[in-house]
Amino acid sequence: MTDAWDLVRERLLAPAELDEHALEHVLGSMLGPRIDYADLYLQYSRSESWALEDGIVRDGHFSIDQGVGVRAISGEKTGFAYSDELLRPALEQAAGAARQIARSGAEPKAVAVGGRQLPAPLYSGDDPLASLPDADKIALLHRLDSHARSLDSRITQVSVSLAAVHEVVMVLASDGTLAADVRPLVRCNVSVIAEQGGRRERGAAGGGGRLDYGMFLSNDLALTWVEEAVRSALVNLDAVAAPAGTMPVVLGPGWPGVLLHEAVGHGLEGDFNRKGTSTFAGRIGEQVASKLCTVVDEGNIAGRRGSLTVDDEGTPTGRTVLIEDGILRGYMQDKHNARLMGVAPTGNGRRQSYAHLPMPRMTNTYMLAGSHDPAEILGSVKRGLYAVNFGGGSVDITSGKFVFSATEAYLIEDGKVTAPVRGATLIGNGPDVMNRISMVGNDLGLDSGVGVCGKDGQSVPVGVGQPTLRVDAVTVGGTAH
Amino acid sequence: MTQEQGRSTPSEQTTLQERAALEERVARILEIARTRGADSAEVAVSRSEGLAVSVRHGEVETVEQTRDQGFGITVYLGRRKGSASTSDSSENAIAATVEKALSIARYTAEDPAAGLADAELMPGGPLPDLDLCHAWDIDVGEATELARICEAAALGFDERITNSDGANVNSGRSCRAYGNSHGFIGSELATRHGLSVAVIAGREGGMQRDYAFTMDRSPAALEAAEEIGRRAGERTVARLGARPVPTARVPVLFSHDVAAGLLGHLVSAISGGNLYRRSSFLLDALGQQIFPQRVQIEERPHLPRALGSASFDGDGVATRPKHLVADGKLTSYVLSAYSARRLGLVTTGNAGGVHNLRISDDGLDLPALLARLGRGLLVTELMGQGVNGVTGDYSRGAAGFWVENGEISHPVQEVTVAGNLREMFLNLDAIGNDTLRPGNIVCGSLLIDGMTLSGS
Repeated sequence: MTDAWDLVRERLLAPAELDEHALEHVLGSMLGPRIDYADLYLQYSRSESWALEDGIVRDGHFSIDQGVGVRAISGEKTGFAYSDELLRPALEQAAGAARQIARSGAEPKAVAVGGRQLPAPLYSGDDPLASLPDADKIALLHRLDSHARSLDSRITQVSVSLAAVHEVVMVLASDGTLAADVRPLVRCNVSVIAEQGGRRERGAAGGGGRLDYGMFLSNDLALTWVEEAVRSALVNLDAVAAPAGTMPVVLGPGWPGVLLHEAVGHGLEGDFNRKGTSTFAGRIGEQVASKLCTVVDEGNIAGRRGSLTVDDEGTPTGRTVLIEDGILRGYMQDKHNARLMGVAPTGNGRRQSYAHLPMPRMTNTYMLAGSHDPAEILGSVKRGLYAVNFGGGSVDITSGKFVFSATEAYLIEDGKVTAPVRGATLIGNGPDVMNRISMVGNDLGLDSGVGVCGKDGQSVPVGVGQPTLRVDAVTVGGTAH
Repeated sequence: MTQEQGRSTPSEQTTLQERAALEERVARILEIARTRGADSAEVAVSRSEGLAVSVRHGEVETVEQTRDQGFGITVYLGRRKGSASTSDSSENAIAATVEKALSIARYTAEDPAAGLADAELMPGGPLPDLDLCHAWDIDVGEATELARICEAAALGFDERITNSDGANVNSGRSCRAYGNSHGFIGSELATRHGLSVAVIAGREGGMQRDYAFTMDRSPAALEAAEEIGRRAGERTVARLGARPVPTARVPVLFSHDVAAGLLGHLVSAISGGNLYRRSSFLLDALGQQIFPQRVQIEERPHLPRALGSASFDGDGVATRPKHLVADGKLTSYVLSAYSARRLGLVTTGNAGGVHNLRISDDGLDLPALLARLGRGLLVTELMGQGVNGVTGDYSRGAAGFWVENGEISHPVQEVTVAGNLREMFLNLDAIGNDTLRPGNIVCGSLLIDGMTLSGS
């Protein structure tokens, strides 16, 4: 297995003729009477993608991105600059720009980083791009394509893609932090169009994680996503108009956990709560969900898409209990917001790249299992909606209003799942909806690993999960009224 | 990075030198690709720099200095294609990136549609001056002061405003150059500046947030900081007390804040990529009536100073003005060279998107539109991704105002509006003349009949 420090030296330090002492010196040069904290984030990432459409692999893309982000913090102020060159003059220039925030002269200090034990890596440092020969990647795409076409003659379009990223990250900070992390990430997406009688519907599925391409081959996992995409497109060919109005909704396990991401996750990020702009601000210890709900953010699950051995500030990730038995227990923190709120960072400081500032972000956010049999939950609903797949969601953290859009859903009539309905957006208020969760299934599932979370223009990979849930009243945005 | 943005206005001379340097780089990379065996290639190089300052409660919150550069190359071996890109500007990285694109092209399949756009479609002669570059002579201190003024105007607008999400001043300048093996190389320099502020009104359990912004290629054309602050304050306070309304079938007026998004869904549905993937609700709609007969939608790529202006597209094809919709009929798709070939058509010069769309109006201002709406929902904010591009099914979270007897009655939240885009376009009852400037899609408020509002 590749050692993270070897890769840091090979990819980041050696080409720029840098070493740890030079970086410590740059960090020290930023310090002064008004600087509370400074850090350097060095990143080198290689990524590739391959796409098949209409039965042939028409396009492939490869990219190398590298750079260093330099940050200086003075009280609530942050100065930030970055460079796509890692050479020392560029680093020093960026450091000078970032520290201008302090508006006082520098008093360079000696900084010594390191000496702290880092957690064991949650994933291999080996290059996932090299985990399969290019010819085999092409062959896999063809296999997925022909599998989709063999399943049903109504499938008229198949698009399949593979993508991999290999990222080498090094963090040094004035608080002594020295961390290296080598992060693999792979993803496979399948999208199909089914046509019947002039009607067309899409079905999509996919998965991935901090693993290599081997995950797609083991147990033919990628073939199950093809089957899922085909099944969902065919179901939607028969979908009727979704109902409009407020009604009980049963959410399936796994990816529908996007509910938690939007309804409570963002509202529990430290920055919004420090600034008092979240509907959850100042409510630690209060009941914000039904007592059946325990929600955690867990960044240290091996191999998951949302997982990190250390976050982008070098803090080891862990399990943060956000809501326990309905009571709000804690927020997700990066170093800056944790310091200003007088709490410990939780390993949730993340950034899209060296060219972006870190902020509190989710990792893998999910609700723990309850005691109900999923069939019992469905059986309890006289008339309502059963939503099993979603396109995505968003939230206004100030008003607490959130939406998430179902892409596969069914009517529930007299406790039975009946007709599939067309996609519809569900809307609610985070705390209200969480308080209306009246049944929690015993079937906790995590999503398959394609989630992307956007905040302030920055995207990061995340995971979600939940068991089957019953929410007593949610507004369903259909057209049948 | 450390260079303060626009501290000295670059002279015409440096501007020309900067463009020439990037164009020279494009030529050099094309030459590397040729000598390494590419039959043809296209290269895009970009450079940008900027400053962003945010202020919250009168204090600087962040100062970000940005400087990006990078290039991307697509190579063709016959009709096989590979592409690669990098932010690493070293000579080694350039060679490695070209080599990687070539190695990908050895694995991709023969694609009859692949290849450069036809040579005769490239711009002939000098490119038009689109007036897109207006440096802003502003430093961190001045930007901070401007953001402070803006935030103070927002916070001081009304005593019910309780908190701030900060004011932001940003200024950016970018240069892009594109070239391909036909011998065409072109470049464009552009600036973009903006000012925005977001504030919060109300207290726990009933907080509302809203914002206002101004953006332009020229700093001189930005609206006054006080005006942006005042508008943000006004918009935020207006949302206090918002509540759901009962489920009903009603007309919906999409305010100018969100109306351009509806035209964005149109653009997506007539884009080549979605058409050849049969992922559009407007398949084979060319020549069909998709809007009422009075509706015209024009694309004007050469408008001076406009945000969407460009003299050539992502394939190097010269852009040209045209109607997408004339007398309510779809008259043009939105195509790149590749998607056009897939469809057996000719590119429309839209690789990378559309350039300055404008929809005709019915001469009605907002009060006149509200009068015409009578009883229904004025939507000022949409949430979520509930748009199915394949079927046109539309269902999104919404906030805005309930309208009775043509007048605003109270703010609304936690509702959805739903319909089907194909029907919504045909049911376009009125188009306002209340356009917001600027934007790549300029559109007044849109009144659409027969939507389903889902609420309490």
